[in-house]
Amino acid sequence: MGELLGKYRSLKVFLDICVKCGACADKCHYYLGTGDPNNMPVARQELMRKVYRKHFTPAGKLFPGLSRAEDLTEDVMEQWYRYYHQCSQCRRCSVFCPYGIDTAEISMAAREIMDSVGIGQKYCNEILGKVNSIGNNLGINKAALGNTLEFVEEDVKETTGVDVRYPLDEKGAEVLLIAPSADFFSEPHIQGFTGYGKVFHEAGVSWTVSSYASEFANFGMFIGNYGVMQKVARRIKDAALDLGVKRIVVGECGHAWRVAYSFWNTLIGPFDFLDPKHRNPTHICEYSLDLIKRGGLKLDKSANDSLTVTFHDSCNVARGSRMGDMPGGQFEVPRDLIKAMCNNYVEMNEDTIKEVTYCCGGGGGLLTDELMDLRVKGVLPRANALHDVMQNKGVNTMATICAICKAQFTKVLPYYGIPMETVASVHQLVSNAIVLGGKKGV
Amino acid sequence: MSGLSALSLSFVIMFYAAAAVFIFGLAAKVYGYAVTPAPLKIPTTPAPATSGGVALRMASEIFLFSSLFKGNKWTWIGGYAFHVTFALVIFRHLRYFLQPVPEIVSLAGPPGVWAGVLLAGAAGYLFVRRIAVDRVKYISSGADYFALILIGSIAATGLIMKFLLRADVASVKSFMMGIVTFSPVNMPADAMFIVHLLLVMALMVYFPFSKLVHMGGIFFSPTRNQVDDCREHRHVNPWAA
Repeated sequence: MGELLGKYRSLKVFLDICVKCGACADKCHYYLGTGDPNNMPVARQELMRKVYRKHFTPAGKLFPGLSRAEDLTEDVMEQWYRYYHQCSQCRRCSVFCPYGIDTAEISMAAREIMDSVGIGQKYCNEILGKVNSIGNNLGINKAALGNTLEFVEEDVKETTGVDVRYPLDEKGAEVLLIAPSADFFSEPHIQGFTGYGKVFHEAGVSWTVSSYASEFANFGMFIGNYGVMQKVARRIKDAALDLGVKRIVVGECGHAWRVAYSFWNTLIGPFDFLDPKHRNPTHICEYSLDLIKRGGLKLDKSANDSLTVTFHDSCNVARGSRMGDMPGGQFEVPRDLIKAMCNNYVEMNEDTIKEVTYCCGGGGGLLTDELMDLRVKGVLPRANALHDVMQNKGVNTMATICAICKAQFTKVLPYYGIPMETVASVHQLVSNAIVLGGKKGV
Repeated sequence: MSGLSALSLSFVIMFYAAAAVFIFGLAAKVYGYAVTPAPLKIPTTPAPATSGGVALRMASEIFLFSSLFKGNKWTWIGGYAFHVTFALVIFRHLRYFLQPVPEIVSLAGPPGVWAGVLLAGAAGYLFVRRIAVDRVKYISSGADYFALILIGSIAATGLIMKFLLRADVASVKSFMMGIVTFSPVNMPADAMFIVHLLLVMALMVYFPFSKLVHMGGIFFSPTRNQVDDCREHRHVNPWAA
């Protein structure tokens, strides 16, 4: 812990300055869902603070009893494991904290400390194993990836009659697309992926997927390890250099966008080998909306007329990164894009969207069946807000831009009587509305 | 220092010691925060894209407690009243440390007294809140009650000297002026003043080692003080560069 305190100002400041005002206490979806007082962010932090006090403060050293200071015993470690894996690092608490204390920073540090003594979490570490050996979290090898892309091509040809290419490892392509690997695999993710290809097709831009770096997600962040996060990100830079692309566009994934937007420049930058004309990296929503604004897409909104759409802001996009040029662009860009695709759009309760959006309940490395009970409870605040607009505003579709949100929602919303088909990719709406062959090369 | 009574001498020494602990303790904490690297950009977004914007954001946190306002209105009311009145009370106390007394400090005199009343009230309110709200009770520990009791008692002893057992303000002032000019004189034989001073010294010593360092720490909170310009400017991590 001493080493981390010397490396991370966030941790050092945050462990000292909490006054336990309780503003965060009722803001965590896991606390609201489970009612377990240790899931109040301040109480979750306290698990680390009591060890911190014991070893790093005079009061804790002199009067451990009075100041609630404890050693990191096996019992305490067990609590750490339990509660630091009930934090999805969504940062909702940090919005309300008068000092901006971010529990995600603390749970990342706790996981790093646990990893250093061999108490890792199986799900995250298996995934990191796969991304390092195969190139993506799901372990899809190059041949399977190629098959998937062919399948998408055939599917688009069948449904639209147009040849839209979904290229793999094409050297000299202008754009390298990095998507979360779930986009090659699951519903509704793959609908969104289909949409990306249609956008590039209409833009008349050559693009490619890389089999070496076929993963946008970066679980290095979830385990709180800088080096691992850097190593996972490095594959993307290497692929971009190898393929000789001019820009990097990334798909719909929440925490990965945070890593890309906020951390890539530090981890693997500078991006001086890419075309400086573009924002690098570019989010696919920025890309598509820019194209629409330049008149580059022909759209038929009525293709989505059977849908009444609402938008779930993914936590890491809302509170950890940005799109566009203005603060808050991460709220406006996807909404503007959705509104350009459909005629019926409705917001959920304002206490549950944008800056104060609730996590889906599956982020931060918790998207594993072992934690299913927690995931079902953690989605409660979002499920309530969604249920409300479904009942009162006729909403039947909740679009979102995160692979984890999509996977979590399709799995756990049915527990609340909400069908999994309610969950959609934003670029699925784009895919529906695009009129192929409408415009070219803008 | 000849002619000082043993009691006065020991208080003078204690005061200098307490002031030293407060100043150097807090400075050491702040220095520690300042030299610890912030490896990654982690502002809580939406965050300002310019340093001017960040200054505004910090100002609204420090002067308005804007995040707390979003978080909990009842806590905000108590916490805001507590801090503002505390600041005003401290400002009013400059009259005991400055000669001549600047006009602005004199003007703060009467409102400063009422701020003292509110300060004691706010400390009481926050204390009751810690006991009465289950959620807050769960997270409260001895340190949280202690800070409120300490500051509440300081306010209370001050008010007693103002309204009940009136202190001899002139001799209090000459004692404090003696301390700040490093030519100490005997302290007034006023029990309430002695208690008041003891509590203040206790606060000064306690301050740098407690959650009260939030006063200095807030300026170093990366989620609030960082500019959101990650794509435009490369942020370098000093230990992985």
